[in-house]
Amino acid sequence: MTAGARRRRLVRLPQYGALVLYMLFLAFPLLWMLSTSLKSSSELVSVTPSLLPSSPKWSNYSTVLREQGLTRSAWNSLRVSLASTVLVILVGLPAAYALARFRSRLRTAALGWILVSQVFPLILVVIPLFLLLKQLHLFNTLPGLVAVYLVWSLPFALWMLQGYVASVPVELEEAAAIDGAGRLRTLSNVVLPLLLPGLVATAMFTFISAWNEFFFALVLIQSPERATLSLTLARFLGAEGQVQLGPLAAGSLLATVPSLVFFAFLQRRLTSGLLAGAVKG
Amino acid sequence: MLPALLPILLFSAIPLVRGLTLAFTDSRAGFNVPTHFVGVDNFSRLLDNTLFWSSFRIGLIWAFSVTALQFVLGLGLALLLNQPLRLRWLARTLSLVPWAMPPVIVAIMWRIMLDPSVGPISTTLQRLGLTDSPTNWLGDFSTALPAVIVVGVWAGMPQTTITLLAGLQAVPESLHEAAALDGAGSWQRFRHVTWPALRTVVAAITSLDFIWNFNSFGLVYVLTAGGPGGKTMLPMLFAYNEAFRYGEFGYAAAMGDVMVVLIVALLLFYLRSRLRSAT
Repeated sequence: MTAGARRRRLVRLPQYGALVLYMLFLAFPLLWMLSTSLKSSSELVSVTPSLLPSSPKWSNYSTVLREQGLTRSAWNSLRVSLASTVLVILVGLPAAYALARFRSRLRTAALGWILVSQVFPLILVVIPLFLLLKQLHLFNTLPGLVAVYLVWSLPFALWMLQGYVASVPVELEEAAAIDGAGRLRTLSNVVLPLLLPGLVATAMFTFISAWNEFFFALVLIQSPERATLSLTLARFLGAEGQVQLGPLAAGSLLATVPSLVFFAFLQRRLTSGLLAGAVKG
Repeated sequence: MLPALLPILLFSAIPLVRGLTLAFTDSRAGFNVPTHFVGVDNFSRLLDNTLFWSSFRIGLIWAFSVTALQFVLGLGLALLLNQPLRLRWLARTLSLVPWAMPPVIVAIMWRIMLDPSVGPISTTLQRLGLTDSPTNWLGDFSTALPAVIVVGVWAGMPQTTITLLAGLQAVPESLHEAAALDGAGSWQRFRHVTWPALRTVVAAITSLDFIWNFNSFGLVYVLTAGGPGGKTMLPMLFAYNEAFRYGEFGYAAAMGDVMVVLIVALLLFYLRSRLRSAT
């Protein structure tokens, strides 16, 4: 072994130590919640708890799935998230195309606005929306919540989408036009397929933000039967009396699954290289 | 182009402008309550509201601490992930998980972790004999804010780490090799090669983190609801209570306006000094 290799190995040791500490900090709370969700109610009150449940049980999960309030909230969350994702894409795609393709002063203003709108505290957004929804009789309804999620996710989705549109070379559209394709045909047969990965990424991002959202739902939804998952879980915790930690942990883990799955996909999609060879050859 | 941009105007700009201007009215919750223009009344009332300013101070402590810790820890992790270490893929995956989790669930998870009687932290400290009674992290005046800050750092690590890692990977390998050939040690390479190249990424992510942290709501709402005794009452929680508990819409909007002005001023100051040091 050369002196250099030995020195490198000596440097690696503290690096691995640090990496292990990071992983502990990041993973331990998750493992603890998993362990809590597998413990029996008698084991959960132990004052000397251990990470490994003495006899893992799935009963907390079946309790949660039988809980009518939680499954209904999951259904509400799913419908609201899907509807707002579809709307954001339908409204956002033409606007993003216009933003990316037509250079004008309006474009600068719109992009500036999108960035600025991120600075505003949500309290300034939620009060006017609350008043508006009351007027329209959409307060405490799921369609009202969907409309608010559209407003709230649109700026960032636009920002993402116009970036993806800008990365589709204009030359491709020009080539299609020269080949005799009409405007609509160019868009649907040339631009859209290339845009698809970006579209999927934006859609997933919008879905995750709606699925995870809490503040707007807290303000705008009042009936328990229309509550989203985050709302119901938070109320579960806030309820007076004994909190059932086991079912709470089980429900929380189940509620995380959809976002986690989408996120795993998003990771791969973001690095998709569909465009790499599009202008070559 | 105009029709395509109409949705931005309709759904994004108009509500925000309406929110900003509500602060100059006496808008209140309730049916058919007439709203009047009251000028700067809300702001002068706000000036005397010591509770709001103490909440503002708490918000600043929270946002600065969380942002600084996120940055230091995120940079450390990003530097490690940029090394050819084994298990790197696992650490990378783990570092992304908090991002995908709903804030409410992050809060629930940490409520379980920090539980005084059955949580792992409090019981381990007792078993080791470091404390003799259960520690109520979220309920004690002195520990509530630090505990909430730790949770905030945990929840916000991914964005910071991934952005910094992307920045690190954009630093050309050849620069490092050239510096190493010239005899620069790893600290010198970090100081003179990596750090200057990261400058814009650092400015961007710390600014964004600060905005997100200052405006955050769900995490602390579920963890402590602002308690104990207002020790973790972030400005957003304060404004929320004002608007939706007491129905004072105009007053709450004024608080929101004050928050915007402060954030913009701080950001301008910060970004200007960072950009000046770059040239």
